[in-house]
Amino acid sequence: MATAAETLTHPRATPSERFVRFWNKYLLFVYTGLAIIYLMAPVAVMALFSFNDPAGKSNFVWQGFSIDAWLNIFAIPGLQSAVTISLVIALLSTIVATVLGTLIALALARHDFRGRSGTNLFIFLPMATPEIVLGASLLTLFVAIGAPPFFPLSAITILIAHIMFNISFVVVTVRARLAGFPTHLEEAAMDLGANELTTFRKVTFPLILPGVLAAALLAFSLSIDDFVITNFTSGGTVTFPMFIYAQARIGIPPQVNVVGTIIFLAAVGLVALSTVMGRRRALRDEAIARSYAAKERT
Amino acid sequence: MGSFLRRHKRIVPYLLLAPGLLWLLLFYVVPAFQMFLTSLWSGTLETGYEFSLSNVSNYTEALTRFWPQFSRSLIYGAAATLLTFAISYPLAYTIAFRGGRYKNLLLFLVVAPFFTSFLLRTISWKIILGDTGIVLGPLKEIGLLPAEFQLLATPIAVVAGITYNFLPFMTLPIYVSLEKIDKRLVEAAEDLFATSIGAFRRITFPLSLPGVFAGSLLTFIPAMGDYINAELLGNPQTTMIGNVIQNQFLTQNNYPTASALSFILMAGILVAVAVYARLLGTEELTAGGV
Repeated sequence: MATAAETLTHPRATPSERFVRFWNKYLLFVYTGLAIIYLMAPVAVMALFSFNDPAGKSNFVWQGFSIDAWLNIFAIPGLQSAVTISLVIALLSTIVATVLGTLIALALARHDFRGRSGTNLFIFLPMATPEIVLGASLLTLFVAIGAPPFFPLSAITILIAHIMFNISFVVVTVRARLAGFPTHLEEAAMDLGANELTTFRKVTFPLILPGVLAAALLAFSLSIDDFVITNFTSGGTVTFPMFIYAQARIGIPPQVNVVGTIIFLAAVGLVALSTVMGRRRALRDEAIARSYAAKERT
Repeated sequence: MGSFLRRHKRIVPYLLLAPGLLWLLLFYVVPAFQMFLTSLWSGTLETGYEFSLSNVSNYTEALTRFWPQFSRSLIYGAAATLLTFAISYPLAYTIAFRGGRYKNLLLFLVVAPFFTSFLLRTISWKIILGDTGIVLGPLKEIGLLPAEFQLLATPIAVVAGITYNFLPFMTLPIYVSLEKIDKRLVEAAEDLFATSIGAFRRITFPLSLPGVFAGSLLTFIPAMGDYINAELLGNPQTTMIGNVIQNQFLTQNNYPTASALSFILMAGILVAVAVYARLLGTEELTAGGV
C-alpha cells in the first residue's frame, strides 16, 4: 500500500531520490540521536567525575568509584562561601531584573508609542554585545568613578552587572509569552467595574505569570553561571564560577562536579515541572472551554 | 493615581520603560562611553591617567601589536559558526519536521546541557579530548593514531569547544524559522513532481535562511569574543583577542590599550548588527533568544 502510494506520487524514483528517502526515514533520526549524545556528553562526564576518587588534586583521570565527594560537599575550603555568594547574587539579580524587564516587556507588547522599534533594538544590544565587552566597559566605569559603592569592586558591582545583562533576556522571554495575550479579558474586567490595579492583580498578572517565571528561571541560571562579566567586576569576591576558574589551574576537586551536577538537576527539574504544570493548565482551560461550548449548544 | 493615568494614557508606556531603561543607560551605555574615553588615556595605574585626543595612536598600536590575536578570533569564530551550522541544520530540521509529539522533549534535550556551568562543560571536554581520554585512548591502543597525537592544546580543540558551547544560538533560530514554514508549500512542490531534493533546495532552505542568518550572527558574536575555550583547551599559540583583553585589563592593568581593543570589538559587532537589522529586521534575532 505504502509502496503503491509512493510510486504514484514519486514516479521518478532515481537512485539519489531513493537515498533521500532512506535519509529521511532513518538517517535523520540516527543523526539526531548522535547529536543529542554529543550534546549530553560533557554533562555526563561532569556527573561521572563527581563520583571519581582522584589520587592527589587532579580530577582529570578516572581513578575509581567513590561517593565521598557527595557526602562531604563542603569539605573543600572556600567552596561553601562561593556557592552561597553565587546563590545570593543570582537571587537578588533575578528579582530586580525580572521586575524591570517585565515592565519593559509590558510596554513593548501592550502599548504603541513613539520610539518602540528603537527600544526593541536597544534591548537587543546588550544580548548582542560579547560578554567580555560588557564586563570590560563596566570595569572602566567603576575604575573611573573610583569611589564606593563602585570601587573597590565587590559583590555590589557584580550584582549591578548581573542585573544589567539579565534585563534584556527577561524582556525577550516575557514579551514572547505576551504575544498572544487576550486583551479582551482585561477590557471585560474594566467593564465590570474593576480599576486598573485590580485588573492587573486579578487578570493581567495571573495570565503573564508563567512567562515571568520562565524569565526568572532563565535569569537565575544565567547569573549563577556567569564567569566572564563577573571576572571583570568581582575584585576579590569569589563566586562559584570564579572558584571553578581558580581551581582549574591546579585541578578541580570532585566536590565542584557535585555542585555542578546539583545545579544542573535543579534547573532541569524546574523546567520539567513548569512544563508539566503548563500542560495541565492548558488541559484544564480546554476542558472549561469545551463545557461552555456544550452549554451553548443545549 | 488611576484617574491620572487614565487622563494621560500616553505616558503609561514610558513609565513602564523608565526604570529598566535607566538601568541599561547607566550600566550599559555609560560604561561603553567611558570605555571609549579610557581608550584615549595615556599613563599608568601608578602615575595616573590623562585624557587626550592625540592618544588615538592607542588604537593603531593595539591593532598592530595584537593583530595575530584579532585575525585568529575572526578565523576561529568563522570556523565555529560554520560548524555549528553544519551540526544544527539537520538537527533543527528533524525536530521541526519529524519531531511529532516529541518536538518539545527534543528541544529541551538540545537546551538542557547548557544549564551546566560553562566552565565545567569546557573542562569536561578537556577530559574527553585528553591525550589518553575516551576518544583518543582507544584509537591509539588499536594503532589507528600515533601515540604522540593530541587534540588538546591545538586550534582544533579550541574551535571544537567554541562550536559546542554556542551551538544552541544556531539551532534555536534555525528551528524557529523552519517551524514557521507552511508545510503545504513543500507538499505542493512535491505534488508538482519536484524531487525531495528539489523541494528542499527551492522551498524549505530559502525560507529558513532568516533563521540561518540570525543564528550565524548570534553564534559568531560570542564566539569571536570568547577566551575561555582558548584558555582551557588551547595553548599559548591559540590565544584570541578576548585573552588579550582580559590579560591587559586584569593582569597588566593597561586600561587604555585594553579599552581600545574591546572598543574595536564592540564597534565591529555593532556595525554588523546594524547592517543586519537594516536588511532583515530584529524579529528573528530576538526570537532565537528564547
